[in-house]
Amino acid sequence: MSHASLNVEIGRIRDLAPGIREFSLRRSDGADFPVFSGGSHTVLSLPLGDRLHRNPYSLLGDPSVRDTWRIAVRLQETSRGGSRWLHEAAREGMRLDISAPVNLFALNRTGRRHILVAGGIGITPILSQARELARLGADFEVHYAYRAPEFGVFADELEALAPGRIHHYVQSRREQIEFGSLLAGRPLGTHFYICGPAGMVAASLNAGKSLGWPDSHLHSEQFLAPSGGEPFDVKLALSGHRFSVPSDLSLLEAIEQQGVDAPYLCRGGACGQCELEVLGADSELIHHDLYLSADERASGTKIMPCVSRLKGGCLTLNL
Amino acid sequence: MTLAFKPDETFRDDYTYRNSPAAIRRFPFPFHQDQYMYSVNMEPHAGGPAGSVYEHAFDIDEHYIAEMRDRAITLERDPGRCVSLPHMMDAEWDTLELLMESMARDYPDLFVLNKDGERWHWVNKPLGIDQSFTFGDAATLPCPPFEYITRQTQGDFVIMDQRDNDLFADAGMITSQADWSLTFDVGMSFMEWHGPVPLAHELGVFERALKYLLMLQQGRPVRRLNWTMTINPRLDTAPETYPEWGQDRASVTPDNVGAKVHLRVELQTLFRLPRSNGMLFSIRGYLASMEELATYPRWAKRLNRVLGSLPNELAEYKGLVRYSQTTLDWLARHDDGAPLAVGTQPE
Repeated sequence: MSHASLNVEIGRIRDLAPGIREFSLRRSDGADFPVFSGGSHTVLSLPLGDRLHRNPYSLLGDPSVRDTWRIAVRLQETSRGGSRWLHEAAREGMRLDISAPVNLFALNRTGRRHILVAGGIGITPILSQARELARLGADFEVHYAYRAPEFGVFADELEALAPGRIHHYVQSRREQIEFGSLLAGRPLGTHFYICGPAGMVAASLNAGKSLGWPDSHLHSEQFLAPSGGEPFDVKLALSGHRFSVPSDLSLLEAIEQQGVDAPYLCRGGACGQCELEVLGADSELIHHDLYLSADERASGTKIMPCVSRLKGGCLTLNL
Repeated sequence: MTLAFKPDETFRDDYTYRNSPAAIRRFPFPFHQDQYMYSVNMEPHAGGPAGSVYEHAFDIDEHYIAEMRDRAITLERDPGRCVSLPHMMDAEWDTLELLMESMARDYPDLFVLNKDGERWHWVNKPLGIDQSFTFGDAATLPCPPFEYITRQTQGDFVIMDQRDNDLFADAGMITSQADWSLTFDVGMSFMEWHGPVPLAHELGVFERALKYLLMLQQGRPVRRLNWTMTINPRLDTAPETYPEWGQDRASVTPDNVGAKVHLRVELQTLFRLPRSNGMLFSIRGYLASMEELATYPRWAKRLNRVLGSLPNELAEYKGLVRYSQTTLDWLARHDDGAPLAVGTQPE
């Protein structure tokens, strides 16, 4: 596995609103979960048919509760299968592999004031950020927008965290966040965080930029890019091995599984040790490393197997 | 594992620090080949052979008690060697938790940690410490949590805060540094902090290292080795005390070089911290004299070739120029010129 993983059992499943379900997870071995910081997510490996599907979900619970993690999932109409599986196939007692916490939407701890904005299910990372700010005694406010009263699923939990600092915007009552006024006239040292539909996020960031906010003070949720990809075949020209790289293994891991001794060091695309020579590729090389230059990438003759792969077909390596 | 501590050895004045044969054998000799250049030499810190410095998350060795006493002396003279900016309190507790849990797990004969919710009980047998406290309440410890635990852990420590796609050196316990000042560097970004290092910027080393570290994940620490040389087994080689040790570089003679000149290797490890999303940077130093290293001829030969081919910019930056020729003359007597296979092993 490319990421430290935890095996969990699905505990309670709660239907919070039409199309929104909350899952409580417990570790299968009964151990405590790691602590996480506000804005963190975990990546679930979901068993869809014959392949694993990886979906990131924000951790919305209290990190000091070590025996349970909570996530909330909205059924996506255009789902590739992940949210549909969680809504239709998942049952209490089922087991899943999930990743250690990752935070690419962290609070800036030097901030003097924090404005948090959530649209719909985007409340999940905002809730954990608000909990952290409340614990730290920081100056913050939350703006929570949802379609209709029944969709304000975490309104009570938020109000309990920060009474008087939660502002609600209910679309069915024609209430809407005006980002131009929300972001105007804020003191230096204010940070803005948003998670919500793409259009809402773009509108808020544009409003901030046009008001002169620096990019470093405008934050929107980011997830870790999935480490796997499409499966492809490999031929090792020197050793004669032929094998397939499944979607959930890296090229380097697949080579190692063949018992072939390939060089490596950092396993994160930075050190350059695992570089291999490409002798043939049926399709595009998908480079995720930090090492190869633009010219080297364009040549199509080098690949860093710890993080990079082939789009599909067969890859022939000088190994 | 039983450690025979050497509580009375010193890192100043009469410099009685010495390595036992077992300590020399496990010395993290850093040179795989006959030339040295900067690279992103980071790899997962996921254990290592039993008895090696890589076996445990944080290595405790025979010098533990003496090093902690030397740290206390340095802090007594200059409390500014431990700094923590106000937004780092969660990261301080993260660090205390990581160090206590690691040491109690890896050295159960030396350290014991018991928890009852937030009420913790810590026993450090080598230093004779028995402390009950409330996790998260700094008033229940004799000093702030980062200073408290790093007064009891070998190696220097920096905690980096991650923001703006960068890492900021916002806290540190630095009493055995290779001539850099925490007071000067605290609060700096990753590139600012590494600004003085020659050649590596042009090679893109820091750019790649920073991107790699920004993605560092919980439970997947990484490590690398760094090195320099130090005259006398001295830990406190800070700019603040330069008048006390800088002149020692001129004291190296053909007669004393074997005992006076030390290879100083840093085992650097980096851990993602859970509450703060910060990063703990541990700089665990090891010192071995030329005579100690030369008990393994392979190491003396390798070091002779690395030093002899070291780019001038690196020799200047590491402060070796004044005594490098004397050292090379001594090492050359141990080098028959035979080819050495790649690898850092002693034999």
